[in-house]
Amino acid sequence: MHELTLAPEAVRPFLESYGRMLLIRLFEQEMHRLFLKGEVHGTTHLAAGQEAIPVGVCQALRPDDYVAGTYRGHGHALAKGTDPEGMVAEMLGRATGTCGGRSGSMNVIDRERGLVGCYGIVGGSIAAATGAAMSAKRQGRVAVAFFGDGATNQAYFFECLNFAKVLDLPVVFVCENNWYGEFTPMRKVTAGADIAARAQPFGIPSRVVDGNDLFAVVGAAREAVERARSGGGPTLLECQTYRHYGHSKSDPAKYRPPEEVERWKARDPLPIARGRLLDEGIEEDAIAAVEEATRRQLDEAVEAALAAPYPDPRVEATEFAP
Amino acid sequence: MSPLEFRVAIRDAIAEEMERDESVVFFGEDVAVPGGVFMATPGLYERFGEARVFDTPISELALSGAAYGAAVTGLRPVFEIMFGDFMALAMDSLVNQAAKYWYISNEQGSVPLVVRSAVGPGGRFGAIHSQNHGTWFQGIPGLKIAFPSSPAEAKGLLKGAIRDPNPVIFLEHKRLYSVKGEAPPDGEVIPLGRARVARTGGDLTIVTVGKGVPDALTAAEQLAAEGLEAEVVDLRTLRPLDLATVLDSVAKTNRLLAVEEGPRTGGWAAGVLGAVAEEALHDLDDAWIVATGETPVPYSPSLEDAFLPDAGAIVEAVRSRLGAGVA
Repeated sequence: MHELTLAPEAVRPFLESYGRMLLIRLFEQEMHRLFLKGEVHGTTHLAAGQEAIPVGVCQALRPDDYVAGTYRGHGHALAKGTDPEGMVAEMLGRATGTCGGRSGSMNVIDRERGLVGCYGIVGGSIAAATGAAMSAKRQGRVAVAFFGDGATNQAYFFECLNFAKVLDLPVVFVCENNWYGEFTPMRKVTAGADIAARAQPFGIPSRVVDGNDLFAVVGAAREAVERARSGGGPTLLECQTYRHYGHSKSDPAKYRPPEEVERWKARDPLPIARGRLLDEGIEEDAIAAVEEATRRQLDEAVEAALAAPYPDPRVEATEFAP
Repeated sequence: MSPLEFRVAIRDAIAEEMERDESVVFFGEDVAVPGGVFMATPGLYERFGEARVFDTPISELALSGAAYGAAVTGLRPVFEIMFGDFMALAMDSLVNQAAKYWYISNEQGSVPLVVRSAVGPGGRFGAIHSQNHGTWFQGIPGLKIAFPSSPAEAKGLLKGAIRDPNPVIFLEHKRLYSVKGEAPPDGEVIPLGRARVARTGGDLTIVTVGKGVPDALTAAEQLAAEGLEAEVVDLRTLRPLDLATVLDSVAKTNRLLAVEEGPRTGGWAAGVLGAVAEEALHDLDDAWIVATGETPVPYSPSLEDAFLPDAGAIVEAVRSRLGAGVA
């Protein structure tokens, strides 16, 4: 049992975050369904099961802070506040998409919301956020990089941790460790102890966080964001989690032992957050109202996106900004 | 006006743009306190301070990725990848992030960054410190590629590159750094994407870029003494490619020689010849390419000299192709 320490006004943002986690879950389930119907094209990488991490981290951010996400980035965008209708339409390749149907599932950019980008190459978000932190340092902002355990074996990871530390940049590196780099178990391809330990030789503070516990993520993120904003430089958070689906839509994830899947599904971040909200004194009715509103919001988004036109190929694109 | 050295032109361009625009920052390996391995950037650190001019780790991928991230959030980074060959390490961010941003974001914003490198053979630097990487990037929509040919051009084009809202790959030929030439008019900015006619002539168009331009101009003087007047077109940028200026020249001369300091396979010269053939076959009596061999750049002076398409090689190529007294 948790200690019940939060004042009512401090709990309210967690209820909002719970709603956003549910939005991501429903969004991913809907993408799965629409993919099978041929409405989502190519491939897509679903983040169901990992919702507490982007939502918890973004709860600790200000709206004008920067976030860089991954090709498993629907949750990163929705957590940062990207309009769900635009996101659905983007997945469907429609003109009303966040990027007009030009980016698709893996590469969404939402400048207005501080979503620097999502990156189809493993590790790309790490450098993007490191660079955004160069701007953020002048602007009093903070930049966050989301990336998976697989990215911690990329040059991007090692180069940017060092770069960010020597330049004292206000960046938070958030590893979503779901234990599989694509189809291969993390332990088989990753040397050393836990991922958090990789920050130590750089002199960067790091923590292992229960990535399925919204409240734990928010706590760790607040500390890291505060450190960054006050000139204390970068932090690495290893948020341990699990994805409910395979790596991509071509992957049934048969390489994962069923008991492992069951164990993690029993630690689903949504019921964990819901239970904690009840423990903190939020009324069942209030939670149900958020759930209902979220369902309606997504249903409307899907309906609008399905009715939206495809982009017109006759409109000439410009290669360069004028 | 006193003559301007190429390396000073680079420094002056960065300094003037940093003075003009607070969002311009400059970084790279050994560029700040040491002033750059080719001494192109001494004094900038002292003048603008560590927050805007700084030395970085030897981490080309982090440099280019960070420049991209900074450029999409309000800064205008100018950074140095010391030798063009090292751009192989920086490619993911430039090709997959910076080049794509304007288009895939549905024009939400652009990536105003400039990446400078020392390039080119002829310095006895061997295979992996001598390449011209422009063609590595030429097939990537969204990138601009500039390759200046003189001090005045270097200054104007670099200022143009820094003001350009798009990612620019900027090549500085290492055998041009010590060249002195006429200074440009104060404040001149050369917009990217417009070629220039560096010498007029009616018998043959020599199209080239970078150090190929002074080589072609030297060759043209020798050929003039033999009665052949060559027009020299300086492309200035490989992307966008100003085909119109080449076509105008070919309409006049009916002969086209492209001089490329790199292998012809996959090179820019083949693309220019192809485009001219497509647009103006009726104007062409002859078209050919002088390029390097299809090996890596050799080290030994005897091998490297034979490898290069220098002024002598251009004169020889024209003589043997067109015969003596062609004009």
